[in-house]
Amino acid sequence: MTQANASAMTGAKMIVKALKDQGVEVVFGYPGGAVLPIYDELFLQNDIRHVLVRHEQGAVHMAEGYARSTGKPGVVLVTSGPGATNAVTGLTDALLDSIPLVVLSGQVPTFMIGTDGFQEADTVGITRPCTKMNWLVKDTAKLAETIHTAFHVATSGRPGPVLVDIPKDVQFAQAEYVAREKIKTSHYQPRVKGDIEAITRLVELIEKAERPVFYTGGGVINSGTAASQLLRELVDATGFPITSTLMGLGAYPASGKNWLGMLGMHGLYEANLAMHGCDLMINIGARFDDRITGRVADFSPHSVKAHIDIDPSSINKVIRVDLPIVGDVGHVLEDMLRIWKSRGRKVNKEGLAKWWAQITEWKAVNCLDYKNSEKTIKPQYALQRLEALTKGMDRYITTEVGQHQMWAAQFLGFEAPNRWMTSGGLGTMGYGLPASIGVQMAHPEALVINVAGEASWLMNMQEMGTAMQFRAPVKQFILNNERLGMVRQWQELLHGERYSHSWSESLPDFVKLAEAFGCKGIKCSDPQDLDDAIMEMIRYDGPVIFDCMVEKHENCFPMIPSGKPHNEMLLGEAETQGVIKAGGAVLV
Amino acid sequence: MSALNITKGSSSHSAYDLRDPYAEVIESHTLAVLVDNESGVLARVIGLFSGRGYNIDSLTVAEVDHTGHRSRITIVTRGTPQVIEQIKAQLGRLVPVHAVNDLTVEGPAVQRELALLKVAGKGDARIEALRLAEIFRANVVDSTLESFVFEMTGTPEKIDAFAELMRPLGLREVARTGVAALSRGA
Repeated sequence: MTQANASAMTGAKMIVKALKDQGVEVVFGYPGGAVLPIYDELFLQNDIRHVLVRHEQGAVHMAEGYARSTGKPGVVLVTSGPGATNAVTGLTDALLDSIPLVVLSGQVPTFMIGTDGFQEADTVGITRPCTKMNWLVKDTAKLAETIHTAFHVATSGRPGPVLVDIPKDVQFAQAEYVAREKIKTSHYQPRVKGDIEAITRLVELIEKAERPVFYTGGGVINSGTAASQLLRELVDATGFPITSTLMGLGAYPASGKNWLGMLGMHGLYEANLAMHGCDLMINIGARFDDRITGRVADFSPHSVKAHIDIDPSSINKVIRVDLPIVGDVGHVLEDMLRIWKSRGRKVNKEGLAKWWAQITEWKAVNCLDYKNSEKTIKPQYALQRLEALTKGMDRYITTEVGQHQMWAAQFLGFEAPNRWMTSGGLGTMGYGLPASIGVQMAHPEALVINVAGEASWLMNMQEMGTAMQFRAPVKQFILNNERLGMVRQWQELLHGERYSHSWSESLPDFVKLAEAFGCKGIKCSDPQDLDDAIMEMIRYDGPVIFDCMVEKHENCFPMIPSGKPHNEMLLGEAETQGVIKAGGAVLV
Repeated sequence: MSALNITKGSSSHSAYDLRDPYAEVIESHTLAVLVDNESGVLARVIGLFSGRGYNIDSLTVAEVDHTGHRSRITIVTRGTPQVIEQIKAQLGRLVPVHAVNDLTVEGPAVQRELALLKVAGKGDARIEALRLAEIFRANVVDSTLESFVFEMTGTPEKIDAFAELMRPLGLREVARTGVAALSRGA
């Protein structure tokens, strides 16, 4: 193994070479004892850019932002022990939102494994349930092949995070490099083509349906921009209404005429009622998450349900469907369009006209209406102004988690996929700031805005240092209500207005904090000043922390209370008293 | 109700054909899972069951292909038809898993388990234990003046029945391998 062979190299060198062969441009990481040989190799080259983060969780969220906004896998490099355990939240986040990541972690040398060595942790054991796959590489000869396989697994089928744990002696030892093309093909080859007979059956349903609805999710985004194009063509050609989950926003443009807006717990009235009342539900790359279904027993009771998903385990997991189609969204949509066209592009025009008349009535309810104020900035108003002033720009939005996230989904319009990065499945507070840096690394010229709440933002605020160091001009648009807004809202609705620990006390002065980091701080509390302040933020050439003081007790509506079906939505304050029963209170 | 002519719950075009999707009856299924014999693969399978709250009644594992490094895991599990379908789909998407076969639904299968039972006693009880062992075709693999160790192979039910009979005759310890199973025929 150690003989001086022409193509033999150290494990550390092999890792960097494998990353280059995989087309990796940027690695988010943090050095430490167990990855020093890899950092040494990174030092000796200029092809791969390394972004030094301030905390490993930040590295993983940055890689997620990078991956989600480019469609390419994000790459992370962390050391053993605490480096790896700090990455766990990010890995779980990526697993639930199906984001392709390759995380490389250092490990104590093989001969020390199991001795409770310094900075030793059972990384593959800890990360097994929060990765799509992980490997501990004990032999340098297998290292290159494992890394290439890791990229294959992370990006094939339903994407997800993978981890390769590499002991330090494996990084020092020498072996033959195995090129990307030369690795033996993995047996892991998920099926991408849908069953043609099933697709034809779905086309038959499309031709007859009176009250159809497309319910789309993150799977459309993951399938690539071609899938979004096919979806647009299908939706516009059939004239069917379309709604989307939080993860799927942008696949169909918000300005499209068939767009109903987001559905789910804080989704739009027309979207949720269309789901409840439809006779044909076509789920494309979504997974019937509990934020979407509400009470499962009463979920869309009169519909035939078709479900297109690349992951067989998504089928019949929560909601039993009538017509499952396992395959990649892009491939299935292509076949579906082709078959539908060849059969004469038929739809039930009469039924559809009635259905749209009904939907127009629901739209007239104007469910996003709120009481604006001349004195305080309403969070909804802040987002409406942000939308108006940034529309048409080369814009990417990330968010933290909570009320601001739901308002952003409701009030910002997304015209293209890969423009909206948010923690959907895991709901990770602290996601948005690092994610915005990851997005900016991939799109240096774009306007990247993190719509945040002050509490979430503080969870990973150390990453402002990363933004400054790497000149990432990310805009941190913080809707500051000095409350844990969503927690406060639930306590108001569910726990007798006992606001247990849901306010933010001892908040920093965000303008001074910005100055401490060396970036720009803007504070705004008057609705009259808001437009100018937002423009100042956009025009500033560098990172900005925007402290937008908003109404403290605003609630996020519409809302489907836990344990309720779609047709029992709450539209505003007047309807909220005593609506959530004990059965709903145990749900999250 | 729906104007569309489709039977609710039917999914005859897929591999996820539910026999009766609305049944809430708990069924026992024997699954054969072919996996790469690599480090951590058993933890991955077991972690899936505990993490998602599925039951394991019995689990056996051994390498069955030494050149290809494949192991066969035989799992006996319980659940509603929907849960059983989920278990199979979840197992199927694990990267080191090559195949998942449900021996309970894929036609008749042979199931065998091996057990060792230590029975201690004197006099009539000892004689009776030996006589019953003969009826059950259990072999004596260890013997002292005051004890036997019986070895028997059979279905789990047969072993249960034998162990039950041995209990009043001085049953001290039982070791069981769990179920190994193969489909019948070629």
